[in-house]
Amino acid sequence: MNKSPIIELTHVKTWVQGKWLHQDINLAIQTGEIIGIVGGSGCGKTTLLREILMLQPPTRGSIKIFNREVTTASYAELLKIQQRFGVCFQQNALFSSFTVLENVAFPLQEHARLDKETRQSLALLKILLAGLRTDTAHLYPAELSGGMQKRAALARAIALDPEIVFLDEPTAGLDPESAAGLDELILNLRDTMGLTIVLITHDVDSLWRVTDRVAFLGEGRVLCIDSMPALVCHSHPLIQAFFKGPRGKVTKGDNEWKPK
Amino acid sequence: MHNNINSFVYYNKQNQQLRCEGKWSLTSLSDIQQQLSSIAWPTEGQIEIDGKAITQLDSAGAWLLTIGIKKLFSVPLSIHYQHFSKQQQKLISLIENKITTLDSLPSLSPLNQLALIGQLVVRKWQEVQAFLAFTGKLTQETLRLLPYPFRWRWKALGCMIDQTGLRALPIIALLSFMIGVVITYQMGLQLRNYGANIFIVDLLGLSILREFGPLLAAIMVAGRTGSAFTAQLGTMKVNQEIDALETLGRPPTELLILPRIVALTVTLPLLTVWSDLFGVLGGMLMAKNLLDISWQDFLIRFQHQIPVKALLIGLGKAPIFALLIATIGCFTGMQVERNAESVGRQTTRSVVLAIFFIIMADAAFSILFSTFKI
Repeated sequence: MNKSPIIELTHVKTWVQGKWLHQDINLAIQTGEIIGIVGGSGCGKTTLLREILMLQPPTRGSIKIFNREVTTASYAELLKIQQRFGVCFQQNALFSSFTVLENVAFPLQEHARLDKETRQSLALLKILLAGLRTDTAHLYPAELSGGMQKRAALARAIALDPEIVFLDEPTAGLDPESAAGLDELILNLRDTMGLTIVLITHDVDSLWRVTDRVAFLGEGRVLCIDSMPALVCHSHPLIQAFFKGPRGKVTKGDNEWKPK
Repeated sequence: MHNNINSFVYYNKQNQQLRCEGKWSLTSLSDIQQQLSSIAWPTEGQIEIDGKAITQLDSAGAWLLTIGIKKLFSVPLSIHYQHFSKQQQKLISLIENKITTLDSLPSLSPLNQLALIGQLVVRKWQEVQAFLAFTGKLTQETLRLLPYPFRWRWKALGCMIDQTGLRALPIIALLSFMIGVVITYQMGLQLRNYGANIFIVDLLGLSILREFGPLLAAIMVAGRTGSAFTAQLGTMKVNQEIDALETLGRPPTELLILPRIVALTVTLPLLTVWSDLFGVLGGMLMAKNLLDISWQDFLIRFQHQIPVKALLIGLGKAPIFALLIATIGCFTGMQVERNAESVGRQTTRSVVLAIFFIIMADAAFSILFSTFKI
């Protein structure tokens, strides 16, 4: 951990509709780790993600990505940084008038000089890596089930071999088996491709299974950032309420996976 | 050591060894491909790939090492990987495991001409059927609701009348006024040659009241309101709001479509009167300037020469136009599929179809009136 962090947020504040959504967010994400961001609904997780992705600026504070300040960066610089991201949005955000294959091949077409055959082969590889079958390649997003759409979105997110992948609720709406499959996939991607993964989720199983560290967002700040076993023992009432509620308890008690 | 900065591969022919160097990533993929393709590959034996000098290997690079490279061989050769880091080995074996299924991308064979025509015909026929079903449902729903006025959506209706009628007043006034000016100018020049200046009142009055007023209002409304209906309903369809209404036991026909159709049937005749008024006003202004016909002369002749029938004929067309615009707008809106392209396509169709049918209906009216000498 002596390297400088890949993403660093210092004193980030966000003013939304007459109140401070983020009061003072400090967060440092290291290269190659899988970090979870959790918190109650409406605590600003997705807004924080949008700020890191440079889709909206924070009101105050600094965000450094790849050691570069992005809040003051020029547009051209932002575009370059954004190419090194892969994002899987909450609603998947697949291009509805493209097939799955075209969706995954799209970033390759835009950002790399490749012939069509190579592009298709690479896109297909990503589709397979994301755990989809080849016969889904020519289907349109509307023809896919929810779980398959998630996987297609993930395939598009890793199309350019990004250094950081952001996943917003990747396991929401999936059956436990698919969710577990997706967890394995995320771990696998990190191990083979050395990705840094930022995971926003409510899925306690996922948090136990894949994350190295988890940041708990509440009261407009990061209340605690630690590994899961340490986080669940944290004494803050919000964190206790989150993990010691009926659902949090059951999943923790019956958790057969060893916490990392 | 091969020290050229742009070189990614170094091939040793004697021991059939390929030494890889540098960044094997997506950005340099096409360069590496080019270098690999210029190597004279052997036709037998085994290729050894040495990855000691690779500084970065992403999945695109690994793809090239496993699948991409095999496409360059003239005969299938086996590959032995050595000196790769643990992580790189993992990545390579992960991709190798996928190879078996990778080549079997189902190809889409394009349809031949005949099949394309057939597909088009079937699609159009299905559309006609869908439209018939839509109008049938609409009629059924109207008959069901007709005896219960307290169940009508008065609030939605009022809101729609405001949107489609009141807010369209300025643009329709301006447009009709301009058309009145233009017609008078063109016809006035001809009439003046014969000294028949005063007949501009007859020409203008009849053409505006019978044709231009209703037609202009209808075309404006088709562009302004018909497209809005399609886009509104289409977006609701994409968001599954229509499905939600259906499951709540509130059919979208009752809540969304009927108020729109009724509202437009109410407002378009009113807008036609408005359009008539400003059309004639524009004509009057031009007649005074160009042909020296005073306001009084114009109005007195107008009163005597233009029968009320002309106004009524024009107004009679308006509800028919309104029905066409609203049903086409709502129908195309309900036809939207769950993708972004579809919303745009259906909105365009809505306007084109509405204007097409307005003009067709207008022509039909003309034939009808001339047959019955109205």
